[in-house]
Amino acid sequence: MANTMARSFLQAVATEEVAPPLRVVQMEGLAVLKIIKHCKEFSPALVTGQLLGLDVGSVLEITNCFPFPTREEDDENEADGANYQLEMMRCLREVNVDNNTVGWYQSTLLGSYQTVELIETFMNYQENIRRCVCIIYDPSRSNQGVLALKALKLTESFMDLYRHNSFIGEKLREKKLSWVDIFEEIPIKVSNSALISAFMTELEPDSPVVQCDLDRLKLSTAPFMERNLEFLIECMDDLSSEQNKFQYYYRNLSRQQAQQQTWLQKRRTENIARKAAGEEPLPEEDPSNPIFKPIPEPSRLDSYLITNQVANYCNQINGAAGQSFSKLYLMKALQDN
Amino acid sequence: MASGNKTTLLFYPSTTNVSAKIHPVVLFNICDSFVRRPDQAERVIGTLLGSVSADGIVEIKNSYAVPHNESADQVALDIDYHHTMYLSHQKVNPKEVIVGWYSTGSGVSGGSQLIHEFYSREVSNPVHLTVDTGFTNGEASLKCYVSFNLSLGDRQLAAQFQEIPLDLRMIEAERVGFDILKTTVVDKLPNDLEGMEATMKRLLALIDDVYNYVDGVVEGRLIPDNNIGRFISNTLSSLPKISPATFDKVFNDRIQDNYALVYLSSLARTQLSIAEKLNTAAQVL
Repeated sequence: MANTMARSFLQAVATEEVAPPLRVVQMEGLAVLKIIKHCKEFSPALVTGQLLGLDVGSVLEITNCFPFPTREEDDENEADGANYQLEMMRCLREVNVDNNTVGWYQSTLLGSYQTVELIETFMNYQENIRRCVCIIYDPSRSNQGVLALKALKLTESFMDLYRHNSFIGEKLREKKLSWVDIFEEIPIKVSNSALISAFMTELEPDSPVVQCDLDRLKLSTAPFMERNLEFLIECMDDLSSEQNKFQYYYRNLSRQQAQQQTWLQKRRTENIARKAAGEEPLPEEDPSNPIFKPIPEPSRLDSYLITNQVANYCNQINGAAGQSFSKLYLMKALQDN
Repeated sequence: MASGNKTTLLFYPSTTNVSAKIHPVVLFNICDSFVRRPDQAERVIGTLLGSVSADGIVEIKNSYAVPHNESADQVALDIDYHHTMYLSHQKVNPKEVIVGWYSTGSGVSGGSQLIHEFYSREVSNPVHLTVDTGFTNGEASLKCYVSFNLSLGDRQLAAQFQEIPLDLRMIEAERVGFDILKTTVVDKLPNDLEGMEATMKRLLALIDDVYNYVDGVVEGRLIPDNNIGRFISNTLSSLPKISPATFDKVFNDRIQDNYALVYLSSLARTQLSIAEKLNTAAQVL
């Protein structure tokens, strides 16, 4: 009996070695409110902060967080920032807050968060903690009564490629990695302690209309759309310049290959002539010749990220347009009455 | 303790008309630190940060718990902790200064005076917020106090805590939605369209209510209330008067604009998927 139990325990340990994939991010209402407060107060400046919580099986719990001071570009400040972080963690531990970093949060403007910086930060965090997540909050959308909170992580296959820094066509094809596979969104759950739940139920106003209803029914979506379109156009320009880079690369590549061909042709006729004359043939490869130097292929990372952003803007525009359709029809119905 | 009985002893400073406004994050923070309080601790106390506007409204925007020890008639506050935490918070947001302190439990207790004195040295006229986490009266009571010294001549007699009005409306919480803040577990955040749907349903329900009320009054089932009648007529008159032709024009223009936008974004998306196929296709070279 004991033997089987021991074995099953061993088995259990063995199976636990393989970490279950991260399925859900469970955020405490406190963390949600703190993030919103910090991001909103400093909007439109972009801010970041640290997430604290626990890693429980396939659920990552975020129970608290603290903001980072806005960074200034100074070397001195970097050490200062690290000090601040340590101090804050120490202080929070003293009042029994979970003392375990699980990622970071940042604010964004209209969802334009897909940047190289984000990926770099993520890789940095990933090195230190096995499981980390990035919470993105968009304060500009909260004015429309939307809670724009997202939990993101990078996919494993992307991280693999990033570590080897191999964003060339062949590798990407091999891995079947397309731009959709860079970021992975994880569903968010919100949990509150029973105490909070009791307080909020008590304090909830009786009025049937709350602020977010009023925000949602606002008819003016023009500024939001305009900015979205502006960003979309910018991204399109970036994308086309990336495309130009590729075209340039391919042109160079084909020119080089043509040069190589003519050189080889020449060498071969020369060799035939030498053979006829009874001399040793010359080698068909000449590494010292500049036309054999391979041209580096530009990385596709940027164009992937830009594509991601474009897709994001398109989604936002579609979503907002869909909403304003329904709002307009509602308005029409009201007017007809 | 906090009462309005006026005797000649009382001296009310000119700032009696102060009131306080609380940000929901403060309440969440207090509750969280109470849940995480050390073993055997009766209550948690901490510092309140925020700002005081010119007309005497104290806005409580942030808070942090401060560890303390309490015995029969002694209170030991970790002042070092309080200072480091305050400096850290200042780095993030220099505009938030100390405005007072909080404690859990109902009403003002004996040790409170000592702590209040400490905070009076940090900031003039601090506010004291109590959060009744025990629900002693069966209800959630949040109270806010300011303190006055009662003195006779030069002699200090006592300190009086006077309750000040506390604004609990918490617009911020409304924006997030009480639905996700008041339940213990929410499995999924509502997305744009679901939120819209909920809002429209609520609007419809409201309109139905008004209809029912008006019908009821017309049929004589309900007693008419002039105030409600005025509200309804105000609401109706706030609708802009537009002739049907103009309205149709505006409406159609907006619809067309939206169609154009949808078309544009779908076009861009199609282009993206084509580009995707071309970029990752096997090279012919």
